[in-house]
Amino acid sequence: MIYLDSASSEQLHPAALEALEATRSLTADVRRSHHAAKQARLVYDNARESLAQTLGVRPDEIQFTSSGTQAVHRGVLGLHRAAATQAAIALSAVEHSSVRHAAAFSSAQCIELPPDNHGEVLPETMPSLGDCALVAVQSANHEVGTVQPIAELANAMPGVPFFVDACASMGRMPLPQGWSAAAGSAHKWGGPPGVGVLLVRKGVRWRNPFPGDDRAVFPEVGFENVSACFAAAAALRAVADEAAEVSARQFEITRFLRERLAAIADSAVVGHPTQRLSHLVTASFLYVDGETLVTELDRAGYAVASGSACAASTLEPSAVLAAMGALTHGNVRISLTRETTMEQAIGLAAVLDELVPALRARVGM
Amino acid sequence: MALTLDCLGMACPRPIIELAKVIGGVAIGETITVLADDVAASYDIAAWCRMRGHDLISALDNEFVVVRRT
Repeated sequence: MIYLDSASSEQLHPAALEALEATRSLTADVRRSHHAAKQARLVYDNARESLAQTLGVRPDEIQFTSSGTQAVHRGVLGLHRAAATQAAIALSAVEHSSVRHAAAFSSAQCIELPPDNHGEVLPETMPSLGDCALVAVQSANHEVGTVQPIAELANAMPGVPFFVDACASMGRMPLPQGWSAAAGSAHKWGGPPGVGVLLVRKGVRWRNPFPGDDRAVFPEVGFENVSACFAAAAALRAVADEAAEVSARQFEITRFLRERLAAIADSAVVGHPTQRLSHLVTASFLYVDGETLVTELDRAGYAVASGSACAASTLEPSAVLAAMGALTHGNVRISLTRETTMEQAIGLAAVLDELVPALRARVGM
Repeated sequence: MALTLDCLGMACPRPIIELAKVIGGVAIGETITVLADDVAASYDIAAWCRMRGHDLISALDNEFVVVRRT
């Protein structure tokens, strides 16, 4: 099986595995004063410092959470709760569902920022300054890979808190300039699942939107998974060190795939052709059922995702594809791991060359 | 001659497949009214029209009016 679904979850990086194994016995309560607790606390603090260094932020700007989703919820709602005005939240129409759910939970009015047909949010779509308490735009899109011009967008909204969901890009690209708070998810960069990070810039007004906790590191909540946080930090450091080389290699492979998939009749390769994540390609094929496509590719030995309604747990088509005006059926998202080779991509393209016409023939097209 | 295509109850991409099969049955400039209630139909009929060079001139609830242009 060739795993091409790293955008859903990246395989555990060897550095993470090693870190997990070295620290798995550290389950003592980091607030206590005994030796086992101090050992755990040392590793926990080390994880935070290492992450801070890799991300280029201060250790006290990092909150560990239990998932990327929780980091997003706390980020969006914490900025909104602290905002001087409870006015509207402006968010792009291509945000991850966790951002959309957080905005809806706030009961604030939501202003949707429409993307262009590459999925890019442009500064001219920003609302007028007085109208919103908070802007939320992702660093890069999780489904089509388009990288958003965060610094430009933030410049267009001076003084307005800016939330960046960086889950799709963290570890692959540096954080953009201009965020007030940002979220990441360890299992998307090769760390273990169950670890998220919320970054809140020093001096930014943020208030815990949920019940608090008397944990060691305010305002984190719940019992710390020291070993997983340490492994997350180790993985992030390792992938950031390799990022330039891996990303250049992946960009070439995805450029090849984009060209090959675009050459299949009645296909549409979606997402920005150059301002994009290196590891991700998304395409839709007319008259093809997305779920069938995923199943047939799985049978052929390739694990990929789909944004089509029939392949989704919600039975709703991808909100991202819909907002971009892209075809929502017959969709596949191919996302490379750090080990994916050009030969594997050539093999996949050859399978799709045959499979897409064969699936169309089944429905008389 | 205008045509009405009943795709109610069909999941995408079926409505688009049915639409593609009958578009040749109306003259250029004439319309096909598609009845479709799948959640993806509104997005996909619009995307299909754009990819194929046809016009979607109205989309109301479950009723989509397409003008054949090519």
